[in-house]
Amino acid sequence: MSVTASKEDANVTLEAKSVVSPWKDAWKGLKKNKLALVGTGIVVLFIMLAIFADFIAPQSYKEQVLPDALQSPSADHWFGTDDLGRDIFSRVVYGARISLWIGFFAVLVSAILGSFLGIIAGYYGRWIDMLISRLFDIMLAFPSILLAIAIVAILGPSLQNALLAIAIINVPTFGRLVRSKVISIKEEEYVTAAKAIGMRDSRILFHHVLPNSVAPIIVQGTLGIGTAILDAAALGFLGLGAQAPDPEWGRMLSDARSYITQAPWTLIFPGGAIMLTVLGFNLMGDGLRDVLDPRMKN
Amino acid sequence: MLAYTVRRLLMLIPVLVGMSLIVFFMIRAIPGDPATAILGEKASPEAREALTEQLGLNEPWYTQYVEYVGGLLQGDLGESLRTNAPITEELLPFLAATFELALVAMIIAVVIGVNAGIISAWFQNSWFDYTAMVLALVGVSMPIFWLGLMEQWIFAQELGWLPSIGRENVRDPIDPITNIYLLDTLIQGDFEQLGTAFKHLILPSIALATIPMAVIARMTRSSMLEVMRSDYIRTARAKGQKMFLVVYKHSLKNAFIPVLTTIGLQMGLLLGGAVLTETIFSWPGIGRYIIEAINFRDYTVVQSGILVIATIFVLINLIVDLLYAAIDPRIKYQ
Repeated sequence: MSVTASKEDANVTLEAKSVVSPWKDAWKGLKKNKLALVGTGIVVLFIMLAIFADFIAPQSYKEQVLPDALQSPSADHWFGTDDLGRDIFSRVVYGARISLWIGFFAVLVSAILGSFLGIIAGYYGRWIDMLISRLFDIMLAFPSILLAIAIVAILGPSLQNALLAIAIINVPTFGRLVRSKVISIKEEEYVTAAKAIGMRDSRILFHHVLPNSVAPIIVQGTLGIGTAILDAAALGFLGLGAQAPDPEWGRMLSDARSYITQAPWTLIFPGGAIMLTVLGFNLMGDGLRDVLDPRMKN
Repeated sequence: MLAYTVRRLLMLIPVLVGMSLIVFFMIRAIPGDPATAILGEKASPEAREALTEQLGLNEPWYTQYVEYVGGLLQGDLGESLRTNAPITEELLPFLAATFELALVAMIIAVVIGVNAGIISAWFQNSWFDYTAMVLALVGVSMPIFWLGLMEQWIFAQELGWLPSIGRENVRDPIDPITNIYLLDTLIQGDFEQLGTAFKHLILPSIALATIPMAVIARMTRSSMLEVMRSDYIRTARAKGQKMFLVVYKHSLKNAFIPVLTTIGLQMGLLLGGAVLTETIFSWPGIGRYIIEAINFRDYTVVQSGILVIATIFVLINLIVDLLYAAIDPRIKYQ
C-alpha cells in the first residue's frame, strides 16, 4: 500500500516538473516584448518611488519655504519649486504614492465587484443575467469620467470619494469581461464533470470558473490602473479629488495653472509623471494581453 | 433592416429609463439633508423648507419620479437653483459650443487617425509604422488637461500664435444665430470673424482629438492588417491592381467596420473629455456648465447636464449600431 502511494507521488512530481506554470510562460513572453519590458520598468520605478518616498524625496512635500518660491530647476531643486516654495521633485515623488494607491485600489475594488457580478450573471443566466447586464448597459451609457464627476459631486470632493467613484465606474468593464468568459467556460467538459459529481455551485464557481478567467482580469486590471490614475488626476485637476496640501499630480497641475508663463516647470513635471506612469501601465498591459490572451496569441 | 432598427430602438427604452432613475436619485443620494447641503449650514429653516418644496422632496419618490419623467418627455429639464432660469433654455448655447468643439475634434481624430493607421498597416514595420504607433501609445496615455496646458504655454504664451482661451474675441463678439460660430460667421459672410472662430478652435480641438486619434489609429492599423492577409486581397494584388486601390478601396471597406464602432465609442469619451478641455480653455460648453454648477451646488443643472450628455452618447451609439448593420449585412441576422 505504502509502496504504491510513494510511486504515485513520484509520478506526480515528475509531471509537475514538465508542466511550465502559466506565470513563467507569461514572463517569458513578456521578456521578448521590448516595449512591454520598458513599460514594466517604468511601473517598477514608480512603485519604488512610492514605497521609498521617505528616503528618495530630499524635502518634505508640504513644507513651505516662501523665499524660495517659483525657483527654476537647479542642483538644489531638481524640478524647481512651486508658488509656496515647496520642492516639486519631492512632491512628484510623494505623488506617486497617492496615484498608485488610487489606481491599484480602485481597480482592485472594481475587479472584485465586477468579477462577482459577472460570475453570477454568466453562470446563472436568466433574469439575474438580464438584471445585471442591463445595469452594466445603463452605467456604460454615461461617459465614464462624467459618471465619476457626478458621484464625487454628490458625495463631496475628497480623495476617498474619488477612489470610490473610479472604482464604481469600472465595475461594468470587469463585469462584462468576466460574464462573457464564464459563459464560454460554463460549457466546458470539466464543469459538466464537476456538476455530474455533485459539486456545489459555489465550489464550481470559485475553484473552476474563476481561476480560468483570471488572465483577462489581470490584463484588464493592468490597463485599468493606467486609466484609473488618469481619471484620478482629472478629478484632482477639477478640484474634485485630492485636496491641498496632498501632492496629487492632477491637483498640482490645477494649483500651478496661473504660473504657466512664469514657471512652466511647475506644470511640466507633475504632468510628465502622470503621462509616464500611465504609459508604463499601458505598455505592460498591452504586453500582458499578447501573452495571456489566447485570442491575440495567434 | 427595419426589424433590426425597431429591435434596437426597443432596447433603448430600459437604458433610458435606467439613466433617468440614476440621475433622479442623484439629488436624493446627497448624504444628509439635500436642502442643507445645497444652501449650507447657516440657511434659515424657512429657506430650507422652501427649497425642499421646490425640489419636490416632500412627496413620495414615485410621485416625484413620474412628475420628473413627465417633464423630461416635454423637454422640461427643470430650473437652475442658482439663476431660476429654465435649464432647457440655458443649456442650448452651451450645447452648441460643445457640439462645435467635439465635431472639429472628431474630424481631426478620424482623418489623421484613420490615415495614420492605414499607412502604418500598409508599410508594416517601417519607421513610419513605429513612430506612429509609439506616438499613438503616448497619445492614449496623455492626460488631456496637461496637453492642453502645454499647448497654451507653447503656442499661446511663448509663441503668441493662437488665442489661449475662449471661443471669440471678447471685445468684438460674434453675433450668435445657431451658436455654432463657424456656421454663424459663414451665414453672415463675415470671414474675418470666421478666422477668429477658427483660430480659437485649434488648440482645444487638438487637445480633445489626441486620445481618440491615437485609439482610432491603433484600431485601424490592426483591423487593416487582418483584412490585408485575406484571400481576396491577395487576388486583387495578383491581378495587378494598384497597391493604393488595394489598400484604400478593397481593404478599407472591410477594415472600416470595427473602426466605425471605435469611432462611435470615442465620440462618447470625447463628450467626457470635453469637460476637461472646456475647463482649461474656458470654452463655454456644457462640460464647463456642469463643473460650474457643481461649484455652486446647483444640483438640478448637474443632474440635467449629465442626463443630456448621456442621452446624446446613447443616441450616437444607436446611430453607430445602425450604420454598422447597414454596412455589414451579417449583423442584422444575429
